[in-house]
Amino acid sequence: MTARDAGYDEWVDALADGRGYALVCPEGHGSLPPRRTCPECGATTFSEEPLPERGTVETVTVVHVPPPQFADDAPYATAIAAFGPVRLTGVLRGVDVGEKELSGDGDDDDDTAGDAATASDADTADDDPIAIGAPVEVGVAARDTDERRVVTLRPATE
Amino acid sequence: MNGVRVAGVGLTRFGSHPERTGRDLFAEAAAGAFTDAGVDRGAVEELNVGNFMGAIAEHQGHQAPLLAEAAGVRCPATRYESACASAGVAVREAVRTIRSGEADVVLAGGTERMTVLDTEAATDGLAIAADDLFEVRAGVTFPGAYALMARAYFEAYGGGRRELAHVASKNHANAVPNEYAQYRREVSVEEALDAPPVATPLHLYDACPITDGASALVLVSDEYAAANGLDAPVSVTGTGQGTDRMALADRTDLARTPAATDAATTAYDDANLGPADVDLAEVHDCFTIAEVLAIESLGLADPGEGIGAARDGRTTADGDIPVNLSGGLKAKGHPVGATGGSQIAELTRLLRGDHPNSGHVPDAEVGVAHNAGGTVASAVVHVLEVRG
Ligand SMILES: [Zn+2]
Repeated sequence: MTARDAGYDEWVDALADGRGYALVCPEGHGSLPPRRTCPECGATTFSEEPLPERGTVETVTVVHVPPPQFADDAPYATAIAAFGPVRLTGVLRGVDVGEKELSGDGDDDDDTAGDAATASDADTADDDPIAIGAPVEVGVAARDTDERRVVTLRPATE
Repeated sequence: MNGVRVAGVGLTRFGSHPERTGRDLFAEAAAGAFTDAGVDRGAVEELNVGNFMGAIAEHQGHQAPLLAEAAGVRCPATRYESACASAGVAVREAVRTIRSGEADVVLAGGTERMTVLDTEAATDGLAIAADDLFEVRAGVTFPGAYALMARAYFEAYGGGRRELAHVASKNHANAVPNEYAQYRREVSVEEALDAPPVATPLHLYDACPITDGASALVLVSDEYAAANGLDAPVSVTGTGQGTDRMALADRTDLARTPAATDAATTAYDDANLGPADVDLAEVHDCFTIAEVLAIESLGLADPGEGIGAARDGRTTADGDIPVNLSGGLKAKGHPVGATGGSQIAELTRLLRGDHPNSGHVPDAEVGVAHNAGGTVASAVVHVLEVRG
């Protein structure tokens, strides 16, 4: 797996240089390279539009059972964030995801019988490592496991 | 258009059989299907078989001729791959083949050998159903992807881990009497809530197990069933398939699965009925949140209402619409490339009255099977009806 993935790797290079972009068709549909045809409308011409500096987190998970390529990274968080015309998926850095070991208890509180009737059970909810709706910046960093580069999201700094 | 009947079904016990090859599993399921059907294997005109990860798990590509040999048939044979919906698409193509008049007897199903892999390798193998460049490289695992959907669902509609635990508990209870199920053990809501996290907010009992197993169906035309005096009361009256953008990030809504909605709409129209006519469903609960998304896509619950269906008893064994009376992928097990066939085998048994849980649905006439690939970038829905 030493060959580069044309289109994709140039896009990651651009992210690493702070020049991230989306491909945008004449109808305004955003997508990511490599792309010859807009998957939404079939357009075949695109402009490269710079990504906004900040995206917005739409969902997030903390992965405790990793694939081999992320064995030494676990637990780690992955999030999806909206950046203008596209959403980006990245490993969330710069947040607290707990100890680097598989733990049954984590930072959950044990349930207490008292709140059993409440609808959405704060006592059993996992803590989000970042709030849904929080601003993030995109970048590129190395995985702990094998130093290969990975797209990252970080809480935006003021 | 020729009508299609399920003449016979065959399953292996789902579970952990790391030493058993995919071919041996399928041979057992196929033999069971022929016996159940009362159809000679020499009558089979095509074989459609699902398999997802044979190339990874047992270094075996080109499975179709191998599985034809295993089943003892010699006919055009094709392996279908659509991730966890592999057998669903294999069955759908069998239905289309019989309807078109190209064949009267098709053997369809699937096989998967998985437990030979350790957890890391299995996690990696399953992850390839996601977009390698934009998801897998960003650490998205199979549970992680559904976790992202679950978190988005909670944000959009409310609900939480406790509602999902009710789905797990329900499906484990349903699996107890099922002789083919991997986990025939009840799991309480509190036990599910106390389990360790896999990918938050999904914990151990929100996830289906790693499973070895196979399924096989003998599908025949109405004419063939009549001419050969087959006892085949269950017909496949509707089939539909849908496709969505591959990567979650590219979906319109992270808490919806429109590929399944498309498949269901097509299948209902095909069968000339609607969600209100459905008596029971087998849905693709690879994770508890997937059952929630599935019943909403099938129109069995409104958007945002699916999360409470198990908790409120609507989808339990004695609820209005029992969902996953087999135990579902969650407790019966999920041999990826065999699951779509297994769902139809279980629905057939439930509708015929010879399933251990048939007593919960004595008057059922319409069942729906929902089989999803990846994070529902692919979906197949079938409608089964009792047609005496
Ligand atoms: Zn477009």
